[in-house]
Amino acid sequence: MTAQQLSLGPLQYYWPRARILDFYENAAQWPLDVIYLGETICSRRHEMRPADWLALAADLASMGREIVLSSQVLLESEPDLKAMRRLADNGRFRVEANDMGAVRQLQNRVPFVAGATLNLFNGEALRLVWQLGAVRWVAPAELSSADLAFMQAARPAGMQTEVLAYGRLALAYSARCFTARHFRLQKDVCEFRCRDFEEGIKVRTRDGAPFLVLNGTQTLSDQVNNLLGELPQLGSLDIDILRISPQAHGTREIVHAFRAVIDGQRSARDAIAALRPGVTGSACNGFWHGQPGMAQVTP
Amino acid sequence: MAVPRQVELVCPAGSLPALRAAVDNGADCVYVGFRDQTNARNFAGLNFDDAAIREGMRYARRAGTQVFIALNTYPKSANWARWTAAVDRAAELGVDAVIMADPALMAYARRVHPQLPLHLSVQGSATNHDAINFYHEHFGIRRAVLPRVLALSQIGHVIANTPVPIEVFGFGGLCVMVEGRCALSAYATGIAPNCDGACSPAKAVRWVQTSQGMEVRLNSVLVDRIGPGERVGYPTLCKGRFDVDGKTYYAFEDPASLNGLELLPDLLRSGVRAIKIEGRQRSPAYVAEVTRIWRQALDACLDNCDNFCAKPAWMQALAQLSEGQAHTLGAYDRPWK
Repeated sequence: MTAQQLSLGPLQYYWPRARILDFYENAAQWPLDVIYLGETICSRRHEMRPADWLALAADLASMGREIVLSSQVLLESEPDLKAMRRLADNGRFRVEANDMGAVRQLQNRVPFVAGATLNLFNGEALRLVWQLGAVRWVAPAELSSADLAFMQAARPAGMQTEVLAYGRLALAYSARCFTARHFRLQKDVCEFRCRDFEEGIKVRTRDGAPFLVLNGTQTLSDQVNNLLGELPQLGSLDIDILRISPQAHGTREIVHAFRAVIDGQRSARDAIAALRPGVTGSACNGFWHGQPGMAQVTP
Repeated sequence: MAVPRQVELVCPAGSLPALRAAVDNGADCVYVGFRDQTNARNFAGLNFDDAAIREGMRYARRAGTQVFIALNTYPKSANWARWTAAVDRAAELGVDAVIMADPALMAYARRVHPQLPLHLSVQGSATNHDAINFYHEHFGIRRAVLPRVLALSQIGHVIANTPVPIEVFGFGGLCVMVEGRCALSAYATGIAPNCDGACSPAKAVRWVQTSQGMEVRLNSVLVDRIGPGERVGYPTLCKGRFDVDGKTYYAFEDPASLNGLELLPDLLRSGVRAIKIEGRQRSPAYVAEVTRIWRQALDACLDNCDNFCAKPAWMQALAQLSEGQAHTLGAYDRPWK
């Protein structure tokens, strides 16, 4: 078993440019091995232009982090495809392919990361993308630890596995913007309202239970998928990289908590207890346990 | 683009009587599924065992109707063999095409049954020509079904940039999320369209009369509270009413189903080669009526595209079939864009 690495997933939310730069300036100091950068949700979000992401990538790479550029999940228009091809042709950094269209542009040319939205659910699918040049795959949110065990047994030697260990689950993508809908705005004149919500807009059921989060065209879980308590099993399954999804507050503490447990400096139980005040929303780990994703199973 | 001479009408069949209804009313193709989670309409009492499918194929063949089998869910490693066995069965039956989403399963079909025509399912989430051409180059797909999220102009752009004939949905239920990229049902119930072939499964639905109205839950999640005289639809999560920032409304989509009949001329001019009717879970009577109307409309449009108009009688009959649900042009028209 090799030492597990920690990654920071791409930022899901739309923050003002200064805040984004500030966030990553801080993140550069955290004990992270891999940082995913880029806008994966909406092509209208423009606080960071492609050149800005590349400049940021260069800065963070110079500090010894592995940088991966994440491609947009839903590619509808020719401008979407052009932006994706520019990423694929960046010539320096690895790319996370989040659509088969991106795989087509990267295959047999440059090593890439096969993203969670490629729906790789079986060992044969892993071998297929491996043969096309995927050096790493990110497990779909829905996979359980039992499913993962099968995948790990079947994965090609040398291919890395990454699992979302902390963060809201990306549950659905649409062409339609639910944030714009909330404000009764057309998508094309959305006034970039998603920028006003540092962690999206909460959706509650009519009996008041927090349930989902509207983040533009993406729908997130309100509950935070937290596998801190599952670290021993993640280790025994030989998961190479644990992903932490950026959140508005407390990401630093979360990264440090995972690092401390991985390094054996702290028990998972102590780390969970210490984190509690900084954690937004309640936790879930149902998918990991083969249950409804929103369930919280005591490890 | 010139209107193609031939555009196929692809109709759903969840049972032998529904298959007969589709064939009798003029479907060019019917699509069916086996009785398990290898297809995306894995509902109790639905779909075909071996005897039914053989009989259905005999019936369809006599009328010159093609039969497609949907094997459009994602196998997991532990049950991979069930899906490959389903591919083998489909090949053995001699179906006209299998509709698939999983690239690895396509690779298997291509390797073991090179003559078996493959269609890319809507569950494959291919919304752009790069993705569709990927499946074409690797697996030789002969058709791709587009997710119901693209606008008309985008459909035309896809068609202009791929050699793969394109099929789009014309009528029936509407997913507001990109098919294949929605885990809402899995999140609330543990049952997922991707791997289990069912969204918001009936066994997880609970109706409870309360002083505040009829509550409908999916597992523990309150999907909606229905007041007196309000319409009741099937409680998929994306059609529920929720509280968002102090407002209670359909946060994702008003309950409405797709009816693209008025757009037929535009769809044909964009170069679409097949129109799909959703609804393998619907009754034979429903399939018969929808197929009959769409057959007439498609023939009229193919005959004289420029002078096509959606007859009020067709629109009324289709509206009634949707149980009083409103109809929408969906993403084709994009009123929300």
